[in-house]
Amino acid sequence: MELLGMSLLLVGFFVGFGLLIGILFGFFGMGGSFLVTPALLVMGYPSRVAVGSGLAFVFGTSVIGALRHRDHGHVDYKLAVIMTVAMTLGIEAGKRVVDALHAAGNADLVISVAYVGLLATVGLFTLRDARRTDATTSVDLSERVQALEIPPMVTLRGDVRVSASIIFGIGLVVGVLSGLLGVGGGFLLMPAMMYGLGVPAAIAVGTDILQITISGAFGSFVYARDGFVAIPVVATLLAGSALGARIGAGVSNIVDEDDIKGYFATMLLVGSVAVAAKRVGTVYDIGVLNTVSIALIFGATIVVSGAILLAAVCQLRDDNSGFWCHLFLCTNLITARPLQPRDTNARFDV
Amino acid sequence: MIIDALSLSPTAQAAGLIGAVLLEAMVLHVGYGVVTNALAPNVKRALGGE
Repeated sequence: MELLGMSLLLVGFFVGFGLLIGILFGFFGMGGSFLVTPALLVMGYPSRVAVGSGLAFVFGTSVIGALRHRDHGHVDYKLAVIMTVAMTLGIEAGKRVVDALHAAGNADLVISVAYVGLLATVGLFTLRDARRTDATTSVDLSERVQALEIPPMVTLRGDVRVSASIIFGIGLVVGVLSGLLGVGGGFLLMPAMMYGLGVPAAIAVGTDILQITISGAFGSFVYARDGFVAIPVVATLLAGSALGARIGAGVSNIVDEDDIKGYFATMLLVGSVAVAAKRVGTVYDIGVLNTVSIALIFGATIVVSGAILLAAVCQLRDDNSGFWCHLFLCTNLITARPLQPRDTNARFDV
Repeated sequence: MIIDALSLSPTAQAAGLIGAVLLEAMVLHVGYGVVTNALAPNVKRALGGE
């Protein structure tokens, strides 16, 4: 039996995968194209269809995420507008860099190395931050940035006063890297807003998702115009991610993001290893490395989304004595820190 | 009036696809909202061990 031209097994796979990615997206505000596009590539979809479908999926999921975060008051429209304008210009510049690298004949190598290096750097930075008991590094950096009085100054949600020129500059750099690497930029934008500008985590996630909605719409439109979007794939992934995004956003109300930060960092580091493995496998024609790459991506998706749900259950139970809560605490001690006390009256509003 | 989607220009088809994804997202958002609002209290109680 078939549905949308796909076997029921494949439909179930896409819905389930979408659900897990939706949980990550709703909780962290990232993890869309970074996970979907490589998965579709390994499943045998042509590269442009994988990228186009990934972008269309990210657009649909981020619409839902943005609506949820808007409902919670987690979107700063001023920040989103400045970032969107700067990133659009940056993405255009990044594409020109890619064209120049293609002309020079070394685009694939440079892009792969830059991707692996960035994922690893952001992952290590986040892991170090997660293992700290205080927040001096990020506070120091954001306070220094906020102290720079470069006009025009803007006041963001969370009473953060910062230079619009600096926001524009950060957006431009992230945009160039997004255009260069062909990714949404969530994993770069989030740390930049939180650690660089000092924007509260919830506002950074909400604003990031709104920005991804706009860039995702534009990107998928460009690919759809050339017929490079697989509609059945997008429709089934979205059916799962729509529910997952609600769950992820709801869990973010009861679980402190710092409790999961170690897993997030590990996912970035695993992602860098996966991309490196795929690159080496392609260059040296080692098929098993491609399999390792996709196993790492799917494995990280399952483990991190599972950790988010487990942390929510542990918080709801508030005793941490069960087997699964005990398992979560043990593994989280390796990656970051034990669960912190949280307001037990917080709403699990999905 | 029935519109043959394939006879439209690529730009119009792409705009239609974006609209379709947006529509599906909104329908799922509202639909899942109704379901989760109805089930969330019971799920929370069950997960909390009550």
